[in-house]
Amino acid sequence: MEAFTTHTGRAVPLRRSNVDTDQIIPAHWLKKVTRDGFEDGLFEAWRKDPEFVLNRPERQGATVLVAGPDFGTGSSREHAVWALQNYGFKAVISARFADIFRGNSLKNGLLTVVLDQETVDALWELTEADPTVEVTVDLEAREVRAGDVTAAFELDENARWRLLNGLDDISLTLRNEADIAGYEAGRPGYKPRTLPV
Amino acid sequence: MGRTLAEKVWDDHVVRRAEGEPDLLYIDLHLLHEVTSPQAFDGLRKNGRTVRRLDLTIATEDHNTPTLDIDKPIADPVSRAQLETLRKNCAEFGVRLHPLGDVEQGVVHVVGPQLGLTQPGTTVVCGDSHTSTHGAFGALAFGIGTSQVEHVLATQTLPMVRPRTMAITVEGELPDGVTAKDLILAIIAKIGTGGGQGYVLEYRGSAIEKLSMEARMTICNMSIEAGARAGMIAPDETTFEYLKGRPHAPEGADWDAAVAYWRTLRTDEDAVFDAEVVIRADELSPFVTWGTNPGQGAPLSASVPDPASYEDASERFAAEKALEYMGLEAGQPLRSIEVDTVFVGSCTNGRIEDLRAAADILRERKVADGVRMLVVPGSARVGLQAVSEGLDVVFKEAGAEWRHAGCSMCLGMNPDQLAPGERSASTSNRNFEGRQGKGGRTHLVSPQVAAATAVLGHLASPADLTDATAAPAGV
Ligand code: SF4
Repeated sequence: MEAFTTHTGRAVPLRRSNVDTDQIIPAHWLKKVTRDGFEDGLFEAWRKDPEFVLNRPERQGATVLVAGPDFGTGSSREHAVWALQNYGFKAVISARFADIFRGNSLKNGLLTVVLDQETVDALWELTEADPTVEVTVDLEAREVRAGDVTAAFELDENARWRLLNGLDDISLTLRNEADIAGYEAGRPGYKPRTLPV
Repeated sequence: MGRTLAEKVWDDHVVRRAEGEPDLLYIDLHLLHEVTSPQAFDGLRKNGRTVRRLDLTIATEDHNTPTLDIDKPIADPVSRAQLETLRKNCAEFGVRLHPLGDVEQGVVHVVGPQLGLTQPGTTVVCGDSHTSTHGAFGALAFGIGTSQVEHVLATQTLPMVRPRTMAITVEGELPDGVTAKDLILAIIAKIGTGGGQGYVLEYRGSAIEKLSMEARMTICNMSIEAGARAGMIAPDETTFEYLKGRPHAPEGADWDAAVAYWRTLRTDEDAVFDAEVVIRADELSPFVTWGTNPGQGAPLSASVPDPASYEDASERFAAEKALEYMGLEAGQPLRSIEVDTVFVGSCTNGRIEDLRAAADILRERKVADGVRMLVVPGSARVGLQAVSEGLDVVFKEAGAEWRHAGCSMCLGMNPDQLAPGERSASTSNRNFEGRQGKGGRTHLVSPQVAAATAVLGHLASPADLTDATAAPAGV
């Protein structure tokens, strides 16, 4: 995973709540067997509308998505995170994320930043009034800065450490091989098995 | 202090706990399907890793599989390639697979329980958010992303932050004609699509205890629609009876040891939940959705709400958008909404009891002119059971299409889709924009409401049928 320390870029204000994963990447895109090439599927239905914010010329090259509450609800498809990343987004800001989406994004180095709705409102107004405004998402300082808005955000220390260092979960877990083997030795015999023993 | 059911199962699976880190949790059962696994197997290959516990892993094909002509090659080359990728991966790594055409094939959340693999007190994961279904057995079961699929394949564990717990207590008795689906839709409308976020829900109370295992699965299935990753119900005699004799259920002394453990899996009297919601079962009636998220629902007897009646600005906006997408007017009675398609199936309502309920209503009746009805069993075995009971004949005689098992129109990855603007009454779990096909409009309903709707051509409950249809049999 790519490390995330701090990122500065222009923003896309997405004034919608409950943006579910079917909107982020519709199901027919899920037939692909790779992790890349999902950028054209991002918000596919909405992008048919030339006025959709992502289609506006002034939003091209923007890297920070500022969305309404309950972003990423619905399915567990990690493709939603890949689509956002393939498109070029580095961070998503919302007052509330769905749990699985948030977990998936942090595993892929897409920073999901929780700010209260008032701050999200302020960021919407700011970036709508002036599309050239840059938003800085600073993971080291745990702070979002844009124009006259400065807001601290929380992220648990462990997730932050992994992101800052770009560490891969599997290697970290495999350091605890002895604990896993020890646990397995004590599992009761009646636990289900999928294969005959 | 006592512990809740979720806490007990959690504690029994902690491999490693360290200050400031998520717990490392052992996974008892890992279910795989074609959509969320290819990139995970790729990851293993790239890093020279193997599947740690093949004996705790099982795969099936469901999302992409066609429900017609299953003996012919799959027409869509992209779907075919994804299924072939799963077959190749399972063969290469040694994973047990039930492919299309196999008698154990079906929607992954129907297959696990029916094989007896889903058991109380286990941890179950799958790259699919409706893994919450398995919580009906008192398992801690949650959907994971593809990176986590790879993690579980490689290590049989997951680093997880301990969730909070919420009790959803349902007291009283569900009135006649009111089902588990109506109950869970009402719960979601009450707590909202984000209401369960960060929690494991425990459904309890006298109304829950009376439910069959299949009805409990319907409830737990939709926990994710309330934002919760997992929902659980304490195992009891109903659970044990369902499991006894299933292919992977313990036997003999193992059965006794297992049941002894399972009996301990109840929330202690003095345990404290982080949140609590109480619902009166007696007050419920058939419930349907009118909007584009599962929280936008109302009793069938109500009307489409007026967005202006919402205090919260973002909810108001969401309701406006939803009505526009759904092509509905505020104030329109829900019963007046006409549908083009009725879908009975999915991991929410594609089990044998669901099919029986729908067939009971369709027996001696006809699907309304101009309405297409699709009945898709949740698994090949459910399909066989239905055939052995003659339910397929009932459906066909009524004018419905009887199909082969799979996810089908629940998410429209296969050819079973709504056309733009088409409207469905669907027993599935998601009414998101475009979920059942681009531009398709979905109303979530119970199997009973689905069948009655098919007969009348507009959203309806079985109670509407008695006077409204001069059924040939004089029902
Ligand atoms: S039936 Fe629907 S909800 Fe269930 S696993 Fe299949 S696509 Fe997902």
